[in-house]
Amino acid sequence: MALDTVAIAQTTPDNSQPFAELGLKPDEYARIKEILGRRPTSSELAMYSVMWSEHCSYKSSKVHLKQFGEKAPKSSALLVGIGENAGVVDVGQGYAVTFKIESHNHPSFVEPYQGAATGVGGIVRDILTMGARPIAVMDPLRFGPAEAPDTRRVLPGIVAGIGGYGNCLGLPNIGGEITFDETYAGNPLVNALCVGVMKHSDIKLAKAAGAGNLVVLYGAKTGGDGIGGVSVLASETFGTGGSTKRPSVQVGDPFVEKVLIECSLEIFAEDLVVGIQDLGGAGLSCATSELASGGSGGMKVQLDKVPLRDPSLSPEEILMSESQERMCAIVEPSKIERFLEICKKWDVTVTVIGEVTDGNHLEITWNGELIVDVPPRTVAHDGPVYNRPLAQPDYINQVNAQIVNVPIPRTASEIKDAVLKLAAAPNLADKSWVTSQYDKYVQGNTIQSQPDDSGMIRIDEKTNLGVAISTDANANWSYLNPYQGAKLALAEAARNVATAGARPLAVTNCLNFGSPEDPGVMWQFAESVRGLADGCLEMGLPVTGGNVSFYNQTGTVAILPTPVIGVLGVIQDVRTRTPMSFTQAGLDLYLLGETHEDLAGSEWAFLHNQRVGQSPDADLQREMRLIELLLEGNSFFAAAHDLSQGGLSAGLTEMVLRHKVGATVALENAGVELLSETPGRVIVAIDPAHTSRLEGLAIKNSIVITKLGTTGGDSLIVNDVVISLAELSTAHNSTFPRLFG
Amino acid sequence: MRVGVITFPGTLDDRDAARAVVAGGAEAVSLWHGDADLKSVDAVVLPGGFSYGDYLRCGAISRFAPVMQSVIEVANKGMPVLGICNGFQVLCESHLLPGALTRNSDLHFLCRDQEIEVINNQTAWTNSFKQGEKIVIPLKNGEGSFQCDDQTLLMLEGEGRVVARYVGENPNGSRNLIAGITNAKGNVVGLMPHPEHAINELTGPSAQGLGFFTSILNAMVK
Repeated sequence: MALDTVAIAQTTPDNSQPFAELGLKPDEYARIKEILGRRPTSSELAMYSVMWSEHCSYKSSKVHLKQFGEKAPKSSALLVGIGENAGVVDVGQGYAVTFKIESHNHPSFVEPYQGAATGVGGIVRDILTMGARPIAVMDPLRFGPAEAPDTRRVLPGIVAGIGGYGNCLGLPNIGGEITFDETYAGNPLVNALCVGVMKHSDIKLAKAAGAGNLVVLYGAKTGGDGIGGVSVLASETFGTGGSTKRPSVQVGDPFVEKVLIECSLEIFAEDLVVGIQDLGGAGLSCATSELASGGSGGMKVQLDKVPLRDPSLSPEEILMSESQERMCAIVEPSKIERFLEICKKWDVTVTVIGEVTDGNHLEITWNGELIVDVPPRTVAHDGPVYNRPLAQPDYINQVNAQIVNVPIPRTASEIKDAVLKLAAAPNLADKSWVTSQYDKYVQGNTIQSQPDDSGMIRIDEKTNLGVAISTDANANWSYLNPYQGAKLALAEAARNVATAGARPLAVTNCLNFGSPEDPGVMWQFAESVRGLADGCLEMGLPVTGGNVSFYNQTGTVAILPTPVIGVLGVIQDVRTRTPMSFTQAGLDLYLLGETHEDLAGSEWAFLHNQRVGQSPDADLQREMRLIELLLEGNSFFAAAHDLSQGGLSAGLTEMVLRHKVGATVALENAGVELLSETPGRVIVAIDPAHTSRLEGLAIKNSIVITKLGTTGGDSLIVNDVVISLAELSTAHNSTFPRLFG
Repeated sequence: MRVGVITFPGTLDDRDAARAVVAGGAEAVSLWHGDADLKSVDAVVLPGGFSYGDYLRCGAISRFAPVMQSVIEVANKGMPVLGICNGFQVLCESHLLPGALTRNSDLHFLCRDQEIEVINNQTAWTNSFKQGEKIVIPLKNGEGSFQCDDQTLLMLEGEGRVVARYVGENPNGSRNLIAGITNAKGNVVGLMPHPEHAINELTGPSAQGLGFFTSILNAMVK
C-alpha cells in the first residue's frame, strides 16, 4: 500500500476510507473530517479509531462517570484523582499509594493465558507510570458454569496466565474473587488490580511539557500483536460465528516487564523524566496524544525511528500496535545521556523518537513525509460522547415481584446437608487450587492474602505502616437492583478491609457490563454508577479511578451487571491486625449485626436456580458504625471475619477450617440464620474476659450483637448438628481439584 | 561478616534474601550479574526469581554471567554459597551441584507452606539446625522437581549430601523427596524452598528459615 501523507490527503479529499471496519460510525468519521478540515490520512484514521473506541474514550460511560467527581466527598487523602493513569492517595508518613483495577475480559476469552497475562502487565505499568514501585496484585475473576467444558479451557488458562506473568514480575498476589454464573460463559471477566507505593515527592504525571524536551520510547520492540485490540476486541459484542480474533490479542513477556520496572524505578529515582506514559491500549496513538495534550500541546515524532520486531509493519500498524512492555518518557536534553546509560545497564532498548513542541500540533513523520498532523487533544480527549438511551428492563419488575422459594432446612440432617452443600459450592469452595499457583510471599511484606478477607501489605518495615485492599461485587444483588448492588459491594469491600483493622480510605472500580447499545444494560450501568457515587459520598470515600468494560455479551445475552469495587484501607501497625480466624479453644464467638430472612440473591437461592426477589437495602450509616466498632475492637479481637456470600454457614466453615479449630454455636432458627445473607455482619472471636468491652462498643456504635457460641473441638457443631472438620474439609477442599485438577 | 546477594536481570527475591542475611546477623552486599567483582564478601546467596526470564532453561543463561565466573572460582575453593530456587537451578547449570530441576510433576506453579526435614546439618548453611529437625518454610516454583540419574542419586544419598527432604506428599515429583543438596565439601548448598521468606511470623509461615542465615555466621566463626 502506498504511503498516505497529509499532502496526499489534501489533494484527494474524496478517497474512500475503511472507517467502518475500524469501528468508527459515519458521524464520527464526519467529525474527524470537520476537525481536520480534510479527510484524515490513513495513519490519522488509525489513531482516531483506536482512541475514539469505547475502551479508550469512555464515550458511552462519560456522562455517568462524572458523578464520581460531582458527588466526591471531601477527602484530604486524595493526591491525584480520576483522569491520570491511576489515582494516588496519601497514607501518611510521607507515603503515597496508587491503586487501580482494569479489565482484560475480551482477550482472556479469545486466548486465556495471554489475555490474562497481559491484563496483569498492563495494570502494573499503569501503577509504575505514576512513579510507584508496584507492591501487589489482586484478581477478581468471573467464569461460566464451573462444570461447563469451556470453563475447563478458560479458567486454567487464565489462572496460569495471571500466575505466569505476575509471579515472574515478583509481585505477590494477595487476593481476588472467583465466581461462576452461566452469563459469563463466553464472557469471562478478568479484572486485575495493582497497588504501588512511593513518596509524595515522586509522583509522576502523563504530560509532555517543555518545548525541546525529548520523546523517548523504551522497553520492548514494537510488533504486530494486539493491533486494534481495544477497538476490535474490547468495543464489540462477540458474535456467535465469524472469524477468529486471536491476532488482536497481545502477547506478553514478563521478563521484559520486570526489567522495565527496575530500569524505570532507577530512572525515576534520579529524577530524569518530566512526564511518562505507558503504552497499553491504543499503543503509541494513545501515549503520544495523551502526553502532548497533557503538556505543552505539541509534539513531533519520527515514526520510522520506532524499533520494530517486524520490519514489514506499516506506519498505521505501528501506531495501533499494542505490543506490551513499552513506555514513553519525556526527558530534558541535559538528562538524556544518563537516561540512556540506565537503559543500557538493564539491557533495555531505548530510542529518542521525537521532541516536544509549542503549539497545538502532533506531527508524525515517516521517512521525512508528514503522515499525521492533528490537534492532540482531539484525539485524546475530544472523542464522541454519547448519552445513550436507557430504560429499566422488563425483568426488574418481574423478578422483584416474585418471592424466593427455596427449601429451608429444618431437621438435623437437612441442616448438615445444607452446610456441606454450601461448603462445596464452586462459588464458596476452597480456592487453593487457584491461589497456590500465585506467589504470595515475594517482596517479603505480605501480611494477609487469600483466603483472608482482605490482602494486606506492609509498606514500611520500621514503622509497620501497611495497607489493606479488598475487591468485591455481588452480581446477584446487582441484577435484582443495580443501585443497591453497587452500594452493597462498596460496603462489603470497606467492611473486609476494616475486619482486619484497616481504616477504609479510597475506592477504585471496574464496571463490567453488557452492550451499552442495549437500553436495559445502559440502565443497569447508570444505576450502578449512581449507587456507587452516592455510596462513596455517604461513606466519605473518594473514587480515585477505575475502568469500564462494556460489550461483555454474546448475542443478546449480557453478563450480570458486575461492578467490582476495590477499597483501600490504611493500618498504622500491621502487627496489630486482626486475623480472619482463631487458633485457640475457649474463645467466645459473637455475631455483629442483625440477621433477617435475606435469601434473595443469596448463594442458597443461586444453588436452587432462583434469581428473584428484592435485594437488601444498603444501610451505609449502620455499615459505618460497624466499621468504627471493628476498628476500636481491633485491639482485643482474636479474630474477625466478614459474612457475605453463603452467610453464617460459609463464614463459620471458613473460620473453623482455617486453623482446624472447631466451634459450637447455638441458633434459634438455624436454617434461616445459616443461609441468610443480610449485609453488614461480622463474626468476631474474643477472650471471654473482654465481653464487657465488646458490649460497650456495641452500645456506643448502636450495633446489635449476639453471642453465637465458643471455639474449640474438632467439629463444627450447630445446635444438635455435628459436622466433623474432616468431613467439612473434604467438602470444601475437593471441589476445585475435582473440576480442574 | 559480608554476605553477597546477586541480582541477575529477572531476579525477584534479592531484597528478601538481603533482609534475611541482615536478620541473621551479617552485612548484606549487593552483587550485580554483569560485574565479576565479589566485593570481598565472605559468602554468596543466589536468590530466587526468573533470571533472564528462564529463557532456554532455568539458570542456563545466568551461568555465563561475569559474576558467576567469580562465584564458581571461589566456591571451588570453599566459600559458602547458597542457591535458593532459581539460585539452585543456576548452581546446577554451573555444575557446582549435580542434577537438574524440571517442571513440577503436576505442571503447575506451586506456592505453599511446606514442611521439610533437615537431613544434613553439617553444611555451612544448615549447622544451626538439629539433624532431623522439621521446619515449615514457603515453597514456590514451577520447576522444582529435582532429577538426576540413579548413580548420582546413590552418591548423594551415600555421601549424606541430601540437605533437606520434603515431608509428606511429594509436592513436585522430586526424586527421593529431595528439597536441597550440597557439594562434597558442604560449602555449596542448593535449596528449592525459600528460607528467606520465613524469617518472622508476620510475613512468613514461621521464623524457621532464619536458621540458614545464622548457620553461615557459625560456619565463619569456626
